[in-house]
Amino acid sequence: MDVVIDNLDTILGGFRNTLMLTLIAGGISLVLGTLLAVFRVGPIPPLRWAGTAYVTLIRNTPLTLIFFFTTFGLPKLDFSMSFFTRAVVALAAYTSAFVCEVVRSGINAVAPGEIEASRSVGLNFPQTLRTVVLPQAFRSVIPPLNSTMTALAKNTAIAVAFSVFEATAILRRLQNEFASATFPLLISTAIGYLVITLTISGAFNLIERRVAIRR
Amino acid sequence: MTSILYDIPGPRARRRTLIGSIIGGVLIAAVITLIVVRLEDSGQFRSEFWEPFTDSGIQRGLLRALGATLKAAGIAMVFALLLGSLLAVGRLSERAPMRWLATGVIEFFRAMPLVLLIFFARFGLPELGVDVDVLWYLVIGLSLYNGAVLAEILRAGIQSVARGQSEAAYAIGLRKSQVMRIVLLPQAIRTMLPTLVSQLVVLNKDTALGYIIAYPELLRRGKLIADNFGNIIPMAIVVGSVYILINLGLSTLASYLEGRQRRRGLPAPIDDIGLKEAA
Repeated sequence: MDVVIDNLDTILGGFRNTLMLTLIAGGISLVLGTLLAVFRVGPIPPLRWAGTAYVTLIRNTPLTLIFFFTTFGLPKLDFSMSFFTRAVVALAAYTSAFVCEVVRSGINAVAPGEIEASRSVGLNFPQTLRTVVLPQAFRSVIPPLNSTMTALAKNTAIAVAFSVFEATAILRRLQNEFASATFPLLISTAIGYLVITLTISGAFNLIERRVAIRR
Repeated sequence: MTSILYDIPGPRARRRTLIGSIIGGVLIAAVITLIVVRLEDSGQFRSEFWEPFTDSGIQRGLLRALGATLKAAGIAMVFALLLGSLLAVGRLSERAPMRWLATGVIEFFRAMPLVLLIFFARFGLPELGVDVDVLWYLVIGLSLYNGAVLAEILRAGIQSVARGQSEAAYAIGLRKSQVMRIVLLPQAIRTMLPTLVSQLVVLNKDTALGYIIAYPELLRRGKLIADNFGNIIPMAIVVGSVYILINLGLSTLASYLEGRQRRRGLPAPIDDIGLKEAA
């Protein structure tokens, strides 16, 4: 237990990095995922195919392999960036495929009458999407987005093997140093993750109540 | 191409779609070209990077590693199904403490990063004097996490079995445990079969975490090859294709099963988008 208290700053620093990874990758994947979803439901065939291909490839690839690619592969292609950025790229690339599917399911769940009505008042495809479909779609997909973002927060732990000093990597380092404190370290890290995932769920529940459509 | 999101295109809309297609197509082609040029410039297509994969020794090594991957996924799936059934039944129990315990366990394991659970097994168990092959640390981590996920899927399945089924079972004098074991669980598993198979895809992907604790699975083997030949990117492409092929196969199986259920008039598996996580 002493080990945990003595190294509390280090542990919290690790969780700060975990949070940063989650927030940045989460933000990017929300934007990218929505864009992909729009591609997939849009009228332009090449964009539809590209969106489908991306989602199919990414969803069937292990995240560890994507980390592998961004961490060890990108430098071979002369992209130089920090380990942190490479982890963000991997997480955002992976999560946006899932966000895309969630948003798409939300778009499909919008009542057809709404869409027909907006078309019949003369809105074109981008206008229909922006003013009628997407606002409703986002409201209805908040619960599954919650799972996706919680999963993202948990997935940041994979960065432990790719030189990012997030919470799990700190756990590994401290555990190496103080093997006798293995359990206190494991449990305190577990509690940290519980706090993060519960906070995310709480935030989404709050948003859900705020923006709920009153029918 | 029928979508209610836009009108059936007339001549002008068709022209606009065509222009959009051309611009979109050119953009995509440009991105692909850029990637290929970048790969070519950094010499990723050199034959000495790809030649290793034609060597039968290396191929055998990769196949063995693939076997190890599938073995971990298969064993973990069996354990996860057992644990998931127990937890699901526990959560539906009439005894409150039982319910709380099962709910607590499910929520805890679902909130944990899988990596951390694997570390619990890998570093925690030896502290307790348990010393087993590294395969089992991976399997334990995978089973705990997926057991909790499957518990929720199975619970939804059990609740979707028509009430008359359990009422009839009680009426012919079966005990509670018998009703669950003989009547409810088999039907729940059948209803949820497509969802269970797609969870297998998630599990199969997650075995790649074995890389982190040095379990000799596909990715670990690939890393070994890449360390020898410096061909990280060709390796990632080859190994990635193997994962994608297997998982696509499983996904196809899942949607086949789903279609078959619909044809037979069985209840469709509930929409699992909220249950299945991007794990």
